[in-house]
Amino acid sequence: MIASEDSAARTAAIDAFARRHRFRPLETLPWLAAVAWYFLLPGYLPLGSQILATILFVLSADLVLGYAGIVTLGHAAFFGTGAYVAGILAANGWGEPLSGLVAAMLVSALVGLLSGLIILRTTGLALLMQTLVVAATLYEAANKAGWLTGGDDGLQGMQVWPIFGLFRFDLFGRVAYVYCLAVLFLGWLAARAIVHSPFGRSLIGARENTARMHAIGAPVARRKLVIYTISAGLAGASGALIAQTTSFVGLTSLSLERSGNALIMLIIGGVGRLYGAFIGVPVFMIAQDRFSEIEPVYWYFWLGLLMVGVVVFARGGLLGLIERFRR
Amino acid sequence: MTGATAVAPALETCALSKSFGALAVASEIDFRLERGARHALIGPNGAGKTSFVNLVTGALRAGSGSIHLDGADITTLAQAARVKRGLARTFQINALFRRLCALENVTLAVAEREGVAHGLLRPAGRHRAIVEEAYALLETLGIANQALLPVGGLAYGRQRLVEIAVALGLRPKVLLLDEPAAGIPSGESGVIVDVIERLPAEIALLIIEHDMDLVFRLARTITVLVQGRVLVEGPPGAIAADPRVREVYLGQRAGR
Repeated sequence: MIASEDSAARTAAIDAFARRHRFRPLETLPWLAAVAWYFLLPGYLPLGSQILATILFVLSADLVLGYAGIVTLGHAAFFGTGAYVAGILAANGWGEPLSGLVAAMLVSALVGLLSGLIILRTTGLALLMQTLVVAATLYEAANKAGWLTGGDDGLQGMQVWPIFGLFRFDLFGRVAYVYCLAVLFLGWLAARAIVHSPFGRSLIGARENTARMHAIGAPVARRKLVIYTISAGLAGASGALIAQTTSFVGLTSLSLERSGNALIMLIIGGVGRLYGAFIGVPVFMIAQDRFSEIEPVYWYFWLGLLMVGVVVFARGGLLGLIERFRR
Repeated sequence: MTGATAVAPALETCALSKSFGALAVASEIDFRLERGARHALIGPNGAGKTSFVNLVTGALRAGSGSIHLDGADITTLAQAARVKRGLARTFQINALFRRLCALENVTLAVAEREGVAHGLLRPAGRHRAIVEEAYALLETLGIANQALLPVGGLAYGRQRLVEIAVALGLRPKVLLLDEPAAGIPSGESGVIVDVIERLPAEIALLIIEHDMDLVFRLARTITVLVQGRVLVEGPPGAIAADPRVREVYLGQRAGR
C-alpha cells in the first residue's frame, strides 16, 4: 500500500518535472500579436520589422547573459558583423537575401568563436572590459576600412534581390515584415530548444554555481564557448535582417549604444526568461517611437524614467512583475 | 606485486605538497584511502584539510608529489577528468544550484555522468531514465517530498542532504565529504550520520569533520592533520588515546 503510494508520488513528480519543458499555450501570444500587427497596423510595418529583428538580437544576448551568466557590453560586435557581411555582399553584386543571411550568421559565429576563445577565460569586470574591447576594435576597423564599409558615411548602394526570386521588398515593408517574422521564429525555435535541453540546463548550472559545475565534471569553459558562438550567430542574423530590410548599414550597428540598448531592453523585459526580449524590445522601441514624436528633444528622459521605474519597482523586469502577480 | 599489495588503494597521495608563498598548506602528505574505507581526516582550524580536498579533486594544482586514483596517476588531470574516473566531493559550505529544484540539482550531476549534458535537442525532462535515477537518490536520502522546490528555500539540513545527493549522482568510487554536518544544529546531525552509514559499502569515504561524535561514530581509521602535515594515523581508539593528538587538538578544548 505504502509502496504504491510512493510510486504514484514518484511518477507524479517526474511527470511534473518533464512538463516544465513542454510547450505552453501562452507561448503562442507573441506570434499572435505579431500576426495581428501585420493586419491591424499596416502603416507601422517598417517599425514592426525593426522590432522583430531587434527581438532576435536581444534574445541572443539573453542566451549568453541570462542563461550562461556571461556579462557582456559588446554584443553589438556580432550584430554589426552580420549587418556588414550582408550589406557588403548586397552592395557588391550578391543581393540574394537568404544566402546573405546565412553568410552573415557564419561570419558572426566565427567572430564569436575566436573572440570567445580569448575573452571567456576571464569573468566579471575583466570580461566586461574585454567584450567592450572586441566591439570597439571592430567599430574602429569598420571606420578605417572606408573603401569596404563606407566608413563614417555608412554603406551605400545595397541591392537586395527578391526572396526566393519571387517576393520583392516593397515600399510598405510587407515582405520585410514577414521575412523578419519568419527568421525570428526560427531563431526562437532554436533558442527555446537550447534553453530546455540538458546543455541549456547545464549553462544555468554554471551560472548558479560554477565551482559545483566543475565538481560534477562539466567542461564549463567549452560549454560557454559553444553558447557564445551560437549567440553570436543569432546576433549576426539580426544584423543581417536590419541591413537587408533597410538597405543601409552604419557604424552605429557596432556601437556601444547598441550593445547598451540591448541590455536595457532585456532588463526591462526580464533577464534569463527567454521571453524578456519579446516584451522589453516592443516596450522600449514603441516608447522610443512615441516619445520622440511628442518630445523631439528630450525623449531620452522619458526612456530613462521608464528604466528607473522598472529597476525600482519591477526587479526581474516586466516578466518578473507578471510572475509576482500570478502567484 | 604479490598478495594483498597487488590491489591498489582507492586513493593515494605520495609526498603531496602545496605552498602559497611562505604558507605551506600541504607538506609531504603520504596518505592512503583503502577500498570501501570509512576514513576521517581531522585537525584544528587551518590544518589544511579543505586544501587537501582541493588538491585531490584538482581545484588546486599540486606543487609537488603525486596523486593516484585506483592506481592511476591523476596528478596532472583536470578536475572534470578526475570526476569521470570516479572521484566526487561535497562542499563545506553548500555549493548548490539555488534557484533550481532539488530534483534538477541531482539530474544535472547524473546527466554529466551519463554524458548527455551536451545534448542540444531533446528537452532535459524527457531523459526519463536520468530523472528517475535522480529522484530515486532523493528518495534514498528521504527528501523526495521536496524534490520540486528550489533548493535555496529548503531548510539548511535538507540542503546538506541535497549536497550529498548531487555527489552520489556521479556514482563515485571515492567520495570526499567536506564537513557534511557543518552548520547543522547538533541535535539534527543524526540524520546526516544515518545517511552516511547507509552509503554503499564499496564507496571509499573520506570524511573531513569537526564534529567528534560524528567522526567516532563513522570512522574506522582517523588521520590527524596539523599545519599541512600528517601528525598521526590510526584506529579511533588509538587516536583518542594519543597524547600528541590530545595536545594539539582535543587538548585545546580541554585546556580552556
